[in-house]
Amino acid sequence: MKLIVAIIRPDRLNEVLEALYRNEVRGLTVSRVLGHGGETERVETYRGTTVKVDLQEKVRLEIGVSESFVLPTVNAILKSARTGEVGDGKVFVLDVAQVYRIRTGERNEAAVTPPETVPV
Amino acid sequence: MTLNQEWNPNVQPINPADTAWMLVSTALVLLMTPALAFFYGGLVRNKNSLNTMMMSFVALGVVGVTWALAAYSLAFSDGGPFLGGLANIGLHGVGTEAKGTIPHVLFMAYQASFAIITAALISGAVVERMRFGPYVAFITLWTLLVYAPVAHWVWGGGWLMSRGALDFAGGTVVHINAGVSAVVAALVLGSRKDYGRTAVLPHNVPFVLLGAGLLWFGWFGFNGGSALAANGLAGLAFTNTFLAPAAALVAWTLLDYFRTGKATAVGGATGIVVGLVAVTPAAGFISPLSALILGAVAPFPSYFMIQLRSRTRIDDSLDVFAGHGVGGLTGALLTGVLAQKLWNPAGSDGLLFGNPHQLAVQALACLSAAAYAGIMTFAILKGLGLVMSLRAVPRIEGVGMDLSQHGEEAYASGEGSILVHPDVLVAEELSAALVPATASVR
Repeated sequence: MKLIVAIIRPDRLNEVLEALYRNEVRGLTVSRVLGHGGETERVETYRGTTVKVDLQEKVRLEIGVSESFVLPTVNAILKSARTGEVGDGKVFVLDVAQVYRIRTGERNEAAVTPPETVPV
Repeated sequence: MTLNQEWNPNVQPINPADTAWMLVSTALVLLMTPALAFFYGGLVRNKNSLNTMMMSFVALGVVGVTWALAAYSLAFSDGGPFLGGLANIGLHGVGTEAKGTIPHVLFMAYQASFAIITAALISGAVVERMRFGPYVAFITLWTLLVYAPVAHWVWGGGWLMSRGALDFAGGTVVHINAGVSAVVAALVLGSRKDYGRTAVLPHNVPFVLLGAGLLWFGWFGFNGGSALAANGLAGLAFTNTFLAPAAALVAWTLLDYFRTGKATAVGGATGIVVGLVAVTPAAGFISPLSALILGAVAPFPSYFMIQLRSRTRIDDSLDVFAGHGVGGLTGALLTGVLAQKLWNPAGSDGLLFGNPHQLAVQALACLSAAAYAGIMTFAILKGLGLVMSLRAVPRIEGVGMDLSQHGEEAYASGEGSILVHPDVLVAEELSAALVPATASVR
Protein backbone atom coordinates (compact mmCIF):
# COMPACT_ATOMS: atom_id res chain seq x y z
CA MET A 1 0.00 0.00 0.00
CA LYS A 2 1.65 3.15 -1.23
CA LEU A 3 0.83 6.77 -1.90
CA ILE A 4 2.15 7.90 -5.26
CA VAL A 5 2.68 11.66 -5.56
CA ALA A 6 3.54 12.94 -9.02
CA ILE A 7 4.39 16.51 -9.99
CA ILE A 8 3.86 16.95 -13.74
CA ARG A 9 3.48 19.60 -16.41
CA PRO A 10 -0.09 20.93 -16.71
CA ASP A 11 0.00 20.39 -20.46
CA ARG A 12 0.70 16.65 -19.95
CA LEU A 13 -2.23 16.12 -17.56
CA ASN A 14 -4.63 14.76 -20.17
CA GLU A 15 -2.06 12.25 -21.48
CA VAL A 16 -1.26 11.10 -17.93
CA LEU A 17 -4.92 10.67 -17.01
CA GLU A 18 -5.48 8.66 -20.18
CA ALA A 19 -2.48 6.43 -19.50
CA LEU A 20 -3.61 5.82 -15.92
CA TYR A 21 -7.09 4.93 -17.17
CA ARG A 22 -5.66 2.42 -19.67
CA ASN A 23 -3.68 0.80 -16.83
CA GLU A 24 -6.87 0.54 -14.79
CA VAL A 25 -5.69 2.91 -12.12
CA ARG A 26 -8.88 4.40 -10.66
CA GLY A 27 -9.21 7.05 -7.98
CA LEU A 28 -6.86 9.99 -7.76
CA THR A 29 -6.66 13.57 -6.56
CA VAL A 30 -5.42 16.40 -8.79
CA SER A 31 -4.31 19.83 -7.61
CA ARG A 32 -2.75 22.85 -9.31
CA VAL A 33 0.52 23.82 -7.66
CA LEU A 34 3.47 26.14 -8.25
CA GLY A 35 6.97 24.79 -8.36
CA HIS A 36 10.42 24.93 -9.80
CA GLY A 37 12.60 22.09 -11.01
CA GLY A 38 15.67 23.87 -12.35
CA GLU A 39 14.22 24.79 -15.73
CA THR A 40 15.07 28.17 -17.31
CA GLU A 41 12.97 31.05 -16.03
CA ARG A 42 10.26 32.54 -18.20
CA VAL A 43 10.79 36.26 -18.96
CA GLU A 44 7.81 38.63 -19.26
CA THR A 45 7.84 42.33 -20.17
CA TYR A 46 5.10 44.85 -19.37
CA ARG A 47 6.07 48.34 -20.58
CA GLY A 48 9.11 49.26 -18.47
CA THR A 49 8.77 46.27 -16.13
CA THR A 50 10.67 43.09 -16.95
CA VAL A 51 10.20 40.08 -14.66
CA LYS A 52 11.54 36.55 -14.43
CA VAL A 53 8.81 34.09 -13.57
CA ASP A 54 10.58 31.65 -11.25
CA LEU A 55 7.73 29.43 -10.15
CA GLN A 56 6.02 27.50 -12.91
CA GLU A 57 2.51 26.10 -12.89
CA LYS A 58 2.55 22.36 -12.21
CA VAL A 59 -0.06 19.71 -11.46
CA ARG A 60 0.19 17.37 -8.47
CA LEU A 61 -1.41 13.91 -8.64
CA GLU A 62 -2.00 11.88 -5.50
CA ILE A 63 -2.88 8.23 -5.98
CA GLY A 64 -3.29 5.62 -3.25
CA VAL A 65 -2.58 2.14 -4.64
CA SER A 66 -2.10 -1.45 -3.46
CA GLU A 67 1.39 -3.02 -3.90
CA SER A 68 0.58 -4.74 -7.21
CA PHE A 69 -0.39 -1.42 -8.76
CA VAL A 70 2.71 0.56 -7.80
CA LEU A 71 4.85 -0.31 -10.84
CA PRO A 72 2.13 -0.03 -13.50
CA THR A 73 1.13 3.36 -12.09
CA VAL A 74 4.68 4.73 -11.95
CA ASN A 75 5.46 3.44 -15.45
CA ALA A 76 2.28 4.95 -16.87
CA ILE A 77 3.18 8.35 -15.43
CA LEU A 78 6.85 8.16 -16.50
CA LYS A 79 5.88 7.40 -20.09
CA SER A 80 3.01 9.81 -20.49
CA ALA A 81 4.38 12.84 -18.59
CA ARG A 82 7.78 12.89 -20.32
CA THR A 83 8.74 15.55 -22.87
CA GLY A 84 12.52 15.25 -22.47
CA GLU A 85 12.95 18.91 -21.44
CA VAL A 86 14.06 20.06 -17.99
CA GLY A 87 10.95 20.58 -15.85
CA ASP A 88 9.03 17.38 -16.60
CA GLY A 89 8.53 16.76 -12.88
CA LYS A 90 8.96 13.97 -10.30
CA VAL A 91 7.23 10.86 -9.06
CA PHE A 92 7.44 10.07 -5.33
CA VAL A 93 6.39 6.73 -3.87
CA LEU A 94 5.59 6.93 -0.16
CA ASP A 95 4.73 4.32 2.45
CA VAL A 96 1.29 4.70 3.91
CA ALA A 97 0.53 3.72 7.53
CA GLN A 98 -3.21 3.26 7.19
CA VAL A 99 -6.02 4.03 4.77
CA TYR A 100 -9.76 4.11 5.50
CA ARG A 101 -12.59 4.44 3.03
CA ILE A 102 -15.02 6.93 4.54
CA ARG A 103 -18.19 5.48 2.98
CA THR A 104 -17.79 1.89 4.22
CA GLY A 105 -15.14 2.06 6.89
CA GLU A 106 -12.99 -0.50 4.95
CA ARG A 107 -9.27 -0.49 5.82
CA ASN A 108 -5.99 -0.55 3.91
CA GLU A 109 -5.90 -2.78 0.76
CA ALA A 110 -9.69 -2.98 0.67
CA ALA A 111 -9.92 0.77 0.96
CA VAL A 112 -7.69 1.43 -2.08
CA THR A 113 -9.27 -1.31 -4.25
CA PRO A 114 -11.85 0.36 -6.49
CA PRO A 115 -15.44 -0.82 -5.94
CA GLU A 116 -16.97 -2.93 -8.72
CA THR A 117 -18.12 -0.53 -11.38
CA VAL A 118 -21.88 -0.78 -11.62
CA PRO A 119 -22.91 -0.87 -15.29
CA VAL A 120 -25.31 1.91 -16.11
CA MET B 1 -30.97 78.02 -44.20
CA THR B 2 -34.68 78.46 -43.67
CA LEU B 3 -36.40 81.23 -45.58
CA ASN B 4 -37.85 83.15 -42.66
CA GLN B 5 -34.39 83.41 -41.07
CA GLU B 6 -33.10 86.94 -41.54
CA TRP B 7 -29.56 87.08 -42.89
CA ASN B 8 -27.08 88.07 -40.24
CA PRO B 9 -23.39 87.37 -40.89
CA ASN B 10 -22.63 86.99 -37.16
CA VAL B 11 -25.47 84.75 -36.05
CA GLN B 12 -25.70 81.48 -37.98
CA PRO B 13 -28.80 79.31 -37.63
CA ILE B 14 -28.65 75.87 -36.08
CA ASN B 15 -27.62 73.30 -38.70
CA PRO B 16 -29.41 69.91 -38.35
CA ALA B 17 -26.54 67.84 -39.80
CA ASP B 18 -23.98 69.53 -37.54
CA THR B 19 -26.27 69.04 -34.56
CA ALA B 20 -26.75 65.35 -35.34
CA TRP B 21 -23.00 64.73 -35.59
CA MET B 22 -22.32 66.64 -32.36
CA LEU B 23 -25.01 64.66 -30.51
CA VAL B 24 -23.21 61.46 -31.55
CA SER B 25 -19.75 62.92 -30.84
CA THR B 26 -20.74 63.89 -27.30
CA ALA B 27 -21.82 60.33 -26.58
CA LEU B 28 -18.62 58.98 -28.18
CA VAL B 29 -16.37 61.17 -26.02
CA LEU B 30 -18.34 60.32 -22.88
CA LEU B 31 -17.67 56.62 -23.62
CA MET B 32 -13.93 57.30 -23.48
CA THR B 33 -14.05 57.64 -19.69
CA PRO B 34 -15.41 54.10 -19.09
CA ALA B 35 -12.89 53.01 -21.76
CA LEU B 36 -10.10 54.64 -19.75
CA ALA B 37 -11.41 52.83 -16.66
CA PHE B 38 -10.85 49.50 -18.44
CA PHE B 39 -7.45 50.59 -19.78
CA TYR B 40 -6.24 51.64 -16.32
CA GLY B 41 -8.15 48.92 -14.45
CA GLY B 42 -6.43 46.17 -16.41
CA LEU B 43 -2.98 47.62 -15.73
CA VAL B 44 -3.22 47.48 -11.93
CA ARG B 45 -3.24 44.58 -9.52
CA ASN B 46 -6.38 42.56 -8.83
CA LYS B 47 -6.84 44.05 -5.35
CA ASN B 48 -6.92 47.63 -6.67
CA SER B 49 -8.82 47.13 -9.92
CA LEU B 50 -12.26 48.37 -8.79
CA ASN B 51 -10.77 51.43 -7.10
CA THR B 52 -8.79 52.27 -10.23
CA MET B 53 -11.86 51.92 -12.44
CA MET B 54 -13.94 53.97 -10.00
CA MET B 55 -11.39 56.80 -10.15
CA SER B 56 -12.40 57.21 -13.79
CA PHE B 57 -16.12 56.54 -13.31
CA VAL B 58 -16.47 59.01 -10.43
CA ALA B 59 -15.30 61.80 -12.75
CA LEU B 60 -18.43 61.21 -14.86
CA GLY B 61 -20.32 62.34 -11.77
CA VAL B 62 -18.36 65.01 -9.94
CA VAL B 63 -16.63 66.63 -12.90
CA GLY B 64 -19.87 66.54 -14.91
CA VAL B 65 -21.72 68.39 -12.14
CA THR B 66 -18.84 70.82 -11.50
CA TRP B 67 -18.66 71.58 -15.20
CA ALA B 68 -22.35 72.36 -15.54
CA LEU B 69 -22.55 74.46 -12.38
CA ALA B 70 -19.39 76.57 -12.68
CA ALA B 71 -16.46 75.35 -14.77
CA TYR B 72 -18.19 75.76 -18.14
CA SER B 73 -18.69 79.46 -17.45
CA LEU B 74 -15.09 79.90 -16.31
CA ALA B 75 -13.86 78.29 -19.52
CA PHE B 76 -16.19 79.49 -22.25
CA SER B 77 -18.14 82.60 -21.26
CA ASP B 78 -16.74 86.02 -22.19
CA GLY B 79 -14.04 87.15 -19.80
CA GLY B 80 -10.42 88.24 -19.72
CA PRO B 81 -7.39 86.68 -21.40
CA PHE B 82 -6.79 84.30 -18.48
CA LEU B 83 -10.26 83.30 -17.27
CA GLY B 84 -13.82 83.34 -18.56
CA GLY B 85 -16.60 85.21 -16.85
CA LEU B 86 -19.48 84.26 -14.60
CA ALA B 87 -22.24 84.83 -17.18
CA ASN B 88 -23.06 81.12 -17.55
CA ILE B 89 -22.78 80.07 -13.90
CA GLY B 90 -25.43 77.46 -13.11
CA LEU B 91 -26.04 77.13 -16.87
CA HIS B 92 -27.63 80.58 -16.83
CA GLY B 93 -28.18 81.63 -20.43
CA VAL B 94 -27.22 78.24 -21.86
CA GLY B 95 -30.24 77.29 -23.94
CA THR B 96 -31.16 75.88 -27.33
CA GLU B 97 -30.02 79.00 -29.18
CA ALA B 98 -27.20 78.59 -31.70
CA LYS B 99 -23.59 78.51 -30.60
CA GLY B 100 -21.78 78.28 -33.92
CA THR B 101 -24.21 76.06 -35.79
CA ILE B 102 -25.26 73.78 -32.91
CA PRO B 103 -27.42 74.37 -29.82
CA HIS B 104 -25.51 76.12 -27.04
CA VAL B 105 -26.61 73.51 -24.49
CA LEU B 106 -25.15 70.74 -26.70
CA PHE B 107 -21.84 72.61 -27.00
CA MET B 108 -21.75 72.74 -23.19
CA ALA B 109 -22.39 68.97 -22.92
CA TYR B 110 -19.75 68.19 -25.58
CA GLN B 111 -17.14 70.23 -23.69
CA ALA B 112 -18.21 68.57 -20.41
CA SER B 113 -17.18 65.17 -21.77
CA PHE B 114 -13.66 66.60 -22.39
CA ALA B 115 -13.35 67.96 -18.86
CA ILE B 116 -14.41 64.59 -17.45
CA ILE B 117 -11.84 62.46 -19.26
CA THR B 118 -9.03 64.98 -18.65
CA ALA B 119 -9.53 64.78 -14.89
CA ALA B 120 -9.81 60.98 -15.05
CA LEU B 121 -6.51 60.73 -16.96
CA ILE B 122 -4.60 62.04 -13.94
CA SER B 123 -5.76 59.10 -11.79
CA GLY B 124 -3.31 56.77 -13.55
CA ALA B 125 -0.41 58.41 -11.69
CA VAL B 126 -1.84 57.95 -8.18
CA VAL B 127 -3.53 54.54 -8.38
CA GLU B 128 -3.09 51.83 -5.73
CA ARG B 129 -2.44 54.34 -2.93
CA MET B 130 -4.47 57.58 -3.05
CA ARG B 131 -7.58 57.57 -0.83
CA PHE B 132 -10.84 57.92 -2.69
CA GLY B 133 -12.28 60.95 -0.84
CA PRO B 134 -9.20 63.17 -1.29
CA TYR B 135 -9.04 62.07 -4.94
CA VAL B 136 -12.63 63.21 -5.54
CA ALA B 137 -11.90 66.53 -3.82
CA PHE B 138 -8.76 66.91 -5.93
CA ILE B 139 -10.35 66.37 -9.35
CA THR B 140 -13.23 68.73 -8.43
CA LEU B 141 -10.82 71.54 -7.53
CA TRP B 142 -8.55 70.69 -10.44
CA THR B 143 -11.42 71.03 -12.92
CA LEU B 144 -12.24 74.50 -11.57
CA LEU B 145 -8.72 75.80 -11.03
CA VAL B 146 -6.69 74.14 -13.79
CA TYR B 147 -8.84 72.69 -16.57
CA ALA B 148 -11.28 75.60 -16.92
CA PRO B 149 -8.58 78.33 -17.14
CA VAL B 150 -6.40 76.40 -19.60
CA ALA B 151 -9.44 75.57 -21.76
CA HIS B 152 -10.24 79.30 -21.73
CA TRP B 153 -6.68 80.23 -22.77
CA VAL B 154 -6.73 77.94 -25.81
CA TRP B 155 -10.39 77.60 -26.85
CA GLY B 156 -12.47 80.14 -24.92
CA GLY B 157 -10.98 83.32 -26.38
CA GLY B 158 -8.03 83.57 -23.98
CA TRP B 159 -4.49 84.73 -24.57
CA LEU B 160 -3.11 81.63 -26.33
CA MET B 161 -6.04 81.61 -28.74
CA SER B 162 -5.36 85.21 -29.70
CA ARG B 163 -1.69 84.37 -30.28
CA GLY B 164 -2.73 81.74 -32.82
CA ALA B 165 -1.71 78.59 -30.94
CA LEU B 166 -3.13 75.57 -32.77
CA ASP B 167 -4.80 72.91 -30.65
CA PHE B 168 -7.48 71.17 -32.63
CA ALA B 169 -8.94 68.84 -30.02
CA GLY B 170 -6.89 69.24 -26.86
CA GLY B 171 -3.22 68.30 -27.10
CA THR B 172 -2.39 71.14 -24.74
CA VAL B 173 -5.68 71.54 -22.87
CA VAL B 174 -6.25 67.84 -22.28
CA HIS B 175 -3.06 65.85 -22.62
CA ILE B 176 -0.16 68.11 -21.62
CA ASN B 177 -2.37 69.51 -18.87
CA ALA B 178 -3.27 66.07 -17.48
CA GLY B 179 0.17 64.56 -18.12
CA VAL B 180 2.09 67.21 -16.20
CA SER B 181 -0.50 67.28 -13.41
CA ALA B 182 -0.16 63.50 -13.18
CA VAL B 183 3.60 63.42 -12.67
CA VAL B 184 3.38 66.22 -10.09
CA ALA B 185 0.62 64.32 -8.27
CA ALA B 186 2.78 61.17 -8.28
CA LEU B 187 5.66 63.15 -6.75
CA VAL B 188 3.48 64.76 -4.05
CA LEU B 189 1.84 61.44 -3.13
CA GLY B 190 5.09 59.46 -3.15
CA SER B 191 5.58 56.00 -4.59
CA ARG B 192 3.61 52.89 -3.70
CA LYS B 193 5.13 50.83 -0.90
CA ASP B 194 5.79 47.94 -3.32
CA TYR B 195 7.19 50.14 -6.10
CA GLY B 196 10.65 48.99 -7.10
CA ARG B 197 10.58 46.21 -4.47
CA THR B 198 8.24 43.60 -5.87
CA ALA B 199 6.99 42.91 -9.37
CA VAL B 200 3.72 44.80 -9.85
CA LEU B 201 2.08 43.34 -12.93
CA PRO B 202 -1.11 44.12 -14.88
CA HIS B 203 -3.89 41.84 -13.62
CA ASN B 204 -5.99 41.80 -16.79
CA VAL B 205 -4.32 42.53 -20.12
CA PRO B 206 -7.53 41.81 -22.09
CA PHE B 207 -9.11 44.76 -20.19
CA VAL B 208 -6.20 46.94 -21.37
CA LEU B 209 -6.88 45.96 -24.99
CA LEU B 210 -10.62 46.47 -24.57
CA GLY B 211 -9.98 49.91 -23.11
CA ALA B 212 -7.59 50.89 -25.92
CA GLY B 213 -10.12 49.76 -28.54
CA LEU B 214 -12.98 51.71 -26.95
CA LEU B 215 -10.74 54.77 -26.52
CA TRP B 216 -9.97 54.72 -30.24
CA PHE B 217 -13.69 54.43 -31.02
CA GLY B 218 -14.56 57.33 -28.73
CA TRP B 219 -11.68 59.40 -30.05
CA PHE B 220 -13.45 59.72 -33.42
CA GLY B 221 -15.92 61.92 -31.54
CA PHE B 222 -13.13 63.67 -29.66
CA ASN B 223 -11.25 64.75 -32.81
CA GLY B 224 -13.94 64.44 -35.48
CA GLY B 225 -16.37 66.33 -33.25
CA SER B 226 -13.88 69.12 -32.62
CA ALA B 227 -14.76 70.46 -36.07
CA LEU B 228 -18.07 71.33 -34.33
CA ALA B 229 -19.74 70.55 -37.64
CA ALA B 230 -20.46 67.69 -40.05
CA ASN B 231 -18.23 68.87 -42.86
CA GLY B 232 -14.99 68.25 -44.71
CA LEU B 233 -12.91 69.34 -41.73
CA ALA B 234 -14.65 66.72 -39.56
CA GLY B 235 -13.87 64.16 -42.27
CA LEU B 236 -10.19 65.15 -42.23
CA ALA B 237 -9.91 65.03 -38.44
CA PHE B 238 -11.74 61.69 -38.37
CA THR B 239 -9.44 60.15 -41.00
CA ASN B 240 -6.31 61.43 -39.27
CA THR B 241 -7.64 59.86 -36.05
CA PHE B 242 -7.67 56.55 -37.87
CA LEU B 243 -4.27 56.90 -39.60
CA ALA B 244 -2.00 58.27 -36.85
CA PRO B 245 -2.74 55.54 -34.25
CA ALA B 246 -2.37 52.90 -36.98
CA ALA B 247 1.15 54.16 -37.72
CA ALA B 248 1.88 54.50 -33.99
CA LEU B 249 0.79 50.90 -33.37
CA VAL B 250 3.21 49.70 -36.05
CA ALA B 251 6.08 51.84 -34.74
CA TRP B 252 5.51 50.88 -31.07
CA THR B 253 5.30 47.19 -31.94
CA LEU B 254 8.58 47.38 -33.86
CA LEU B 255 10.26 49.15 -30.92
CA ASP B 256 8.95 46.43 -28.61
CA TYR B 257 10.10 43.71 -30.95
CA PHE B 258 13.64 45.04 -31.27
CA ARG B 259 14.00 45.64 -27.53
CA THR B 260 12.43 42.49 -26.05
CA GLY B 261 12.09 40.18 -29.03
CA LYS B 262 8.31 40.05 -28.54
CA ALA B 263 5.37 42.15 -29.73
CA THR B 264 3.57 42.77 -26.44
CA ALA B 265 -0.15 43.37 -26.05
CA VAL B 266 0.26 46.07 -23.39
CA GLY B 267 2.75 47.78 -25.71
CA GLY B 268 0.35 47.63 -28.64
CA ALA B 269 -2.45 49.14 -26.55
CA THR B 270 -0.08 51.87 -25.31
CA GLY B 271 1.05 52.60 -28.89
CA ILE B 272 -2.56 53.13 -29.99
CA VAL B 273 -3.20 55.57 -27.13
CA VAL B 274 0.04 57.51 -27.77
CA GLY B 275 -0.85 57.79 -31.47
CA LEU B 276 -4.29 59.11 -30.53
CA VAL B 277 -2.84 61.59 -28.05
CA ALA B 278 -0.29 62.90 -30.55
CA VAL B 279 -2.78 63.43 -33.38
CA THR B 280 -5.26 65.22 -31.11
CA PRO B 281 -3.84 68.76 -31.49
CA ALA B 282 -3.06 68.19 -35.18
CA ALA B 283 -6.12 66.29 -36.44
CA GLY B 284 -7.80 69.19 -38.26
CA PHE B 285 -4.65 70.98 -39.43
CA ILE B 286 -2.50 68.36 -41.18
CA SER B 287 -2.79 66.16 -44.25
CA PRO B 288 -3.52 62.43 -43.95
CA LEU B 289 0.03 61.62 -45.06
CA SER B 290 1.38 63.94 -42.38
CA ALA B 291 -0.85 62.08 -39.88
CA LEU B 292 0.92 58.84 -40.84
CA ILE B 293 4.31 60.49 -40.28
CA LEU B 294 3.20 62.04 -36.98
CA GLY B 295 1.85 58.67 -35.83
CA ALA B 296 5.08 56.89 -36.74
CA VAL B 297 7.29 59.46 -34.95
CA ALA B 298 5.20 59.94 -31.80
CA PRO B 299 5.96 56.57 -30.12
CA PHE B 300 9.71 57.24 -29.86
CA PRO B 301 9.76 59.94 -27.13
CA SER B 302 6.97 58.25 -25.15
CA TYR B 303 8.50 54.78 -25.41
CA PHE B 304 11.89 55.89 -24.14
CA MET B 305 10.30 58.09 -21.45
CA ILE B 306 8.60 54.96 -20.08
CA GLN B 307 11.91 53.08 -20.03
CA LEU B 308 13.63 56.00 -18.37
CA ARG B 309 10.85 56.67 -15.83
CA SER B 310 10.71 53.04 -14.71
CA ARG B 311 14.38 53.28 -13.69
CA THR B 312 13.66 56.17 -11.32
CA ARG B 313 11.85 56.50 -8.00
CA ILE B 314 9.06 58.50 -9.68
CA ASP B 315 6.01 56.26 -9.39
CA ASP B 316 3.82 57.68 -12.15
CA SER B 317 2.24 54.25 -11.93
CA LEU B 318 0.55 53.97 -15.31
CA ASP B 319 2.93 56.37 -17.14
CA VAL B 320 0.40 59.16 -17.67
CA PHE B 321 3.25 61.63 -18.18
CA ALA B 322 5.01 59.50 -20.80
CA GLY B 323 1.76 58.71 -22.60
CA HIS B 324 -0.18 61.95 -22.37
CA GLY B 325 2.34 64.60 -21.34
CA VAL B 326 5.12 63.59 -23.73
CA GLY B 327 2.68 62.34 -26.39
CA GLY B 328 0.74 65.60 -26.19
CA LEU B 329 3.95 67.65 -26.37
CA THR B 330 5.17 65.70 -29.41
CA GLY B 331 1.81 66.18 -31.10
CA ALA B 332 1.55 69.88 -30.29
CA LEU B 333 5.07 70.59 -31.58
CA LEU B 334 4.60 68.47 -34.71
CA THR B 335 1.39 70.41 -35.35
CA GLY B 336 3.65 73.48 -35.60
CA VAL B 337 5.76 71.59 -38.13
CA LEU B 338 3.19 69.79 -40.28
CA ALA B 339 0.18 72.17 -40.32
CA GLN B 340 -1.00 73.27 -43.76
CA LYS B 341 -3.43 76.03 -44.71
CA LEU B 342 -4.09 73.99 -47.83
CA TRP B 343 -6.00 71.49 -45.65
CA ASN B 344 -7.53 73.96 -43.21
CA PRO B 345 -7.60 77.65 -44.22
CA ALA B 346 -8.62 78.57 -40.67
CA GLY B 347 -5.35 77.10 -39.37
CA SER B 348 -1.78 78.10 -40.20
CA ASP B 349 1.20 76.79 -42.09
CA GLY B 350 3.83 75.01 -40.02
CA LEU B 351 7.63 74.97 -40.12
CA LEU B 352 7.75 72.61 -43.11
CA PHE B 353 5.47 74.93 -45.06
CA GLY B 354 7.44 78.09 -44.53
CA ASN B 355 6.22 79.36 -41.17
CA PRO B 356 8.73 78.65 -38.37
CA HIS B 357 6.90 81.15 -36.16
CA GLN B 358 4.07 78.61 -35.66
CA LEU B 359 6.46 76.19 -33.96
CA ALA B 360 7.47 78.91 -31.50
CA VAL B 361 3.82 79.67 -30.70
CA GLN B 362 3.18 75.95 -30.15
CA ALA B 363 6.16 75.70 -27.80
CA LEU B 364 4.94 78.73 -25.84
CA ALA B 365 1.48 77.16 -25.45
CA CYS B 366 2.98 73.84 -24.29
CA LEU B 367 5.35 75.42 -21.80
CA SER B 368 2.82 77.79 -20.26
CA ALA B 369 0.15 75.08 -19.91
CA ALA B 370 2.71 72.67 -18.43
CA ALA B 371 4.03 75.22 -15.95
CA TYR B 372 0.56 76.32 -14.85
CA ALA B 373 -0.73 72.74 -14.50
CA GLY B 374 2.34 71.67 -12.53
CA ILE B 375 2.30 74.57 -10.08
CA MET B 376 -1.46 74.48 -9.52
CA THR B 377 -1.59 70.70 -9.03
CA PHE B 378 1.18 70.98 -6.45
CA ALA B 379 -0.69 73.78 -4.66
CA ILE B 380 -4.06 71.98 -4.67
CA LEU B 381 -2.62 68.70 -3.38
CA LYS B 382 -0.50 70.41 -0.68
CA GLY B 383 -3.58 72.40 0.36
CA LEU B 384 -5.75 69.28 0.57
CA GLY B 385 -2.94 67.51 2.43
CA LEU B 386 -3.28 70.06 5.23
CA VAL B 387 -6.86 69.03 5.99
CA MET B 388 -6.85 65.32 5.11
CA SER B 389 -4.36 62.51 4.52
CA LEU B 390 -4.03 61.97 0.80
CA ARG B 391 -2.82 58.39 0.80
CA ALA B 392 -3.65 55.15 2.53
CA VAL B 393 -1.38 53.88 5.32
CA PRO B 394 0.96 51.05 4.22
CA ARG B 395 -1.11 48.32 5.89
CA ILE B 396 -4.25 49.42 4.00
CA GLU B 397 -2.22 49.69 0.81
CA GLY B 398 -1.22 46.07 1.35
CA VAL B 399 -4.83 44.95 1.88
CA GLY B 400 -5.79 46.75 -1.32
CA MET B 401 -7.87 49.78 -2.20
CA ASP B 402 -10.94 47.81 -3.36
CA LEU B 403 -11.69 46.44 0.09
CA SER B 404 -10.50 49.48 2.04
CA GLN B 405 -12.11 52.24 -0.07
CA HIS B 406 -15.18 50.55 -1.48
CA GLY B 407 -15.87 47.45 0.66
CA GLU B 408 -15.99 45.32 -2.47
CA GLU B 409 -13.81 42.90 -4.39
CA ALA B 410 -13.55 42.79 -8.18
CA TYR B 411 -13.47 39.01 -8.23
CA ALA B 412 -15.19 37.85 -5.03
CA SER B 413 -15.40 34.08 -4.63
CA GLY B 414 -17.89 34.10 -1.76
CA GLU B 415 -16.01 31.20 -0.17
CA GLY B 416 -16.04 31.48 3.59
CA SER B 417 -18.57 34.35 3.61
CA ILE B 418 -21.58 34.13 5.89
CA LEU B 419 -24.79 35.85 4.87
CA VAL B 420 -26.03 38.68 7.05
CA HIS B 421 -29.59 38.92 5.82
CA PRO B 422 -31.08 42.37 6.29
CA ASP B 423 -34.34 41.40 4.54
CA VAL B 424 -35.16 38.69 7.08
CA LEU B 425 -34.48 41.05 9.98
CA VAL B 426 -36.60 43.78 8.42
CA ALA B 427 -39.43 41.34 7.64
CA GLU B 428 -39.47 40.07 11.23
CA GLU B 429 -39.60 43.57 12.62
CA LEU B 430 -42.34 44.51 10.20
CA SER B 431 -44.56 41.54 11.01
CA ALA B 432 -44.05 42.14 14.72
CA ALA B 433 -45.14 45.74 14.25
CA LEU B 434 -48.21 44.83 12.17
CA VAL B 435 -49.64 42.23 14.53
CA PRO B 436 -51.80 43.85 17.29
CA ALA B 437 -50.06 43.83 20.64
CA THR B 438 -52.66 41.54 22.22
CA ALA B 439 -52.21 38.90 19.54
CA SER B 440 -48.45 38.78 19.69
CA VAL B 441 -48.14 35.72 21.88
CA ARG B 442 -44.94 33.81 21.42
